[in-house]
Amino acid sequence: MTRVLTRPLLEIKNLDVDYGLGDEAVKAVRDVSLTIHRGEVVGLAGESGSGKSTLAYGVTRLLPPPGVVSNGSVVYHPPTGDPYDVLNLSHHELRKYRWAETSIVFQGAMNSLNPVHKVSVQLMDAIKAHEPTSSKASRLARAKELLRLVGIAEDRLEAYPHQLSGGMRQRVMIGMALALEPQLVIMDEPTTALDVVMQRQILGQLVELRERLGFSVLFITHDLSLLVEFSDRIAIMYGGRIVEEAPSAAIYRDPKHPYSEGLLRSFPALRGARRELTGIPGSPPDLRGMPTGCSFHPRCPKAFEPCSTDLPILGKPDDHVGEPRTVACWLHPVTAG
Amino acid sequence: MTLSESTAAPVGEVVLEAVGLTKHFPVRRRLSDLFSGTKAAVHAVDDVHLTLRRGRVTALVGESGSGKSTVARLLAQLYPRTAGDILLHGTSTKVHGGRRFRTYVKRVQLIFQDPFGSLNPVHTVRYHLTRALKIHGNAGKTSADLEAALANLLTRVSLTPPERYIDKFPHELSGGQRQRVAIARALGADPEALLADEPVSMLDVSIRLGILNLLKDLKDRLNLAILYITHDIASARYFADETMVMYAGRMVEGGDSETVTQNPAHPYTRLLIESAPDPDRIEGIADPTVLDRGNGEPPSLIRPPAGCRFNPRCPHAMPRCKVDLPPRLEIGDRDGHWAACWLYDAETVAKEGIGSAADVDSAIPTPPALTLTEEAR
Repeated sequence: MTRVLTRPLLEIKNLDVDYGLGDEAVKAVRDVSLTIHRGEVVGLAGESGSGKSTLAYGVTRLLPPPGVVSNGSVVYHPPTGDPYDVLNLSHHELRKYRWAETSIVFQGAMNSLNPVHKVSVQLMDAIKAHEPTSSKASRLARAKELLRLVGIAEDRLEAYPHQLSGGMRQRVMIGMALALEPQLVIMDEPTTALDVVMQRQILGQLVELRERLGFSVLFITHDLSLLVEFSDRIAIMYGGRIVEEAPSAAIYRDPKHPYSEGLLRSFPALRGARRELTGIPGSPPDLRGMPTGCSFHPRCPKAFEPCSTDLPILGKPDDHVGEPRTVACWLHPVTAG
Repeated sequence: MTLSESTAAPVGEVVLEAVGLTKHFPVRRRLSDLFSGTKAAVHAVDDVHLTLRRGRVTALVGESGSGKSTVARLLAQLYPRTAGDILLHGTSTKVHGGRRFRTYVKRVQLIFQDPFGSLNPVHTVRYHLTRALKIHGNAGKTSADLEAALANLLTRVSLTPPERYIDKFPHELSGGQRQRVAIARALGADPEALLADEPVSMLDVSIRLGILNLLKDLKDRLNLAILYITHDIASARYFADETMVMYAGRMVEGGDSETVTQNPAHPYTRLLIESAPDPDRIEGIADPTVLDRGNGEPPSLIRPPAGCRFNPRCPHAMPRCKVDLPPRLEIGDRDGHWAACWLYDAETVAKEGIGSAADVDSAIPTPPALTLTEEAR
């Protein structure tokens, strides 16, 4: 899984997302920088309310009001041509960019199909919007190919969503996301509503497709155990900020941030010794009244003096050598720069 | 105050027992059915046997649609059963509501999956708990008794100090706190058995363990019998003493949790365990699809497959699996470990050979537990 990742695809820089305006705005995402490279699967983990979905919507400019991107940039590097900032695109440019360059599979994708249209119509619709000159026959052929790609028999093309099972609907959504061969697929909790057996089949298929078609994936979930297995790199969010980012194996073997450690200790293991697990005490923070300093300090078992007052910066810890990784914690201080 | 900290009843005493429990939900009939005389029904639960003992946790694991929640609702007597029996302390009980239902629910309480839906948003925590205490006669005589009982309930579910939570509305609490209130409400009846229907699957991962540890602690202190329904087999291993696996309305395997998860016998249990996320499998993704000949979907329960219900997906299927329903067969590696699978019937295997009905290559390994059984015989 380790490969040299040099060419960036999407660079998120210092992104802030607020809900509402002015002093009463709730800061859902704060100062997030994250780079997704070509052909990479980046996992984004965190509890509900940590801002992970908001980040995905902010990056794709899908935020519903009152959500606003108040700061930062999202630079997209197309395969050919100059990089551009997605946040500055005009309405027309955005329409062209969406789905063709970046597509998204929504949370509860099972319900994002239109119940009154056949699968074929919905698959062809996206192609038609982007390639208005294509013939109907070619679109139909493409829709068939997409279904085959995600392992569904062609004859289901004429089915309505209610005639498909949850897993099949989810596969149709993934097929639809790949319709225009995007460079980046954002998946927002794509398998949460599915059973484990189905979840594994779909993820296995996704990994295979990724290897074949070479797109990048931003995989958002609260299930860290799944991410460790499936992604190349993991970023962990807490209270709207990324608190740790590292290759998945490194996070699993040696989590630096106490929150990552807590998350990893929250899963009962299927193998190995049965041990007493504690989870993380307390509840997730309220975004309206964020604690000062490190937002995790009220729940942190290792909190000490500076944690409650000073905000730790995300960076490469001074005590770390080897693979690039960053962490925002006073236990691993970062020299700025 | 009548809530008993430790009841005289010994650990392991049978509280609730299901014998051959069956539930079929009728399906809307068409005119043609009327003439053919067939009665279409969803075979949601068929022939389920299970025993809840004091101070023990029994887990029921299965996918959605396997009938595990229906079992919980049948045991809570929210649905009338089609066949079979529910024994409370050895006596058959069938209640339809009214006073007899109340006396039943006083002893057997159900906790629902969704704490966002199971608490009334227009009432405070105090209202929810007072109601439970009053209905089940645990409120005491004076208002001071009631206050003490309320405080006691909240302390018991670690919502301390009680004054901070008692007058809150559900929307002011986090998911984990709401689920604790739902548990406190169930405890208000001072029950002997707790049926927990996916009590943690709606909660954040970091909170889940807190709730499971709370239930574990309550089980020990109050000597409760707990039925833990889940789709997460790893949490069953962590929390439950005994684990049962359900597939398409039938029990397929059972035994103590450690044996079932470490040495799964039924092909379906193996598929389930292989499919569970496992961070230790970090190098490459194992392909559990070799364990599944189907498309990852359970069969229709209106016309379930004949014989073993897993046979259309099973890589080891034999001709007999498509005809005869496998009985519970002892595995022999550990006491009480059984599986409803013909692979553990030495005669059938000798006669028909593993995988003879399935057109699969011989790369699929022989189940490890099988060789063990044969040695044991």
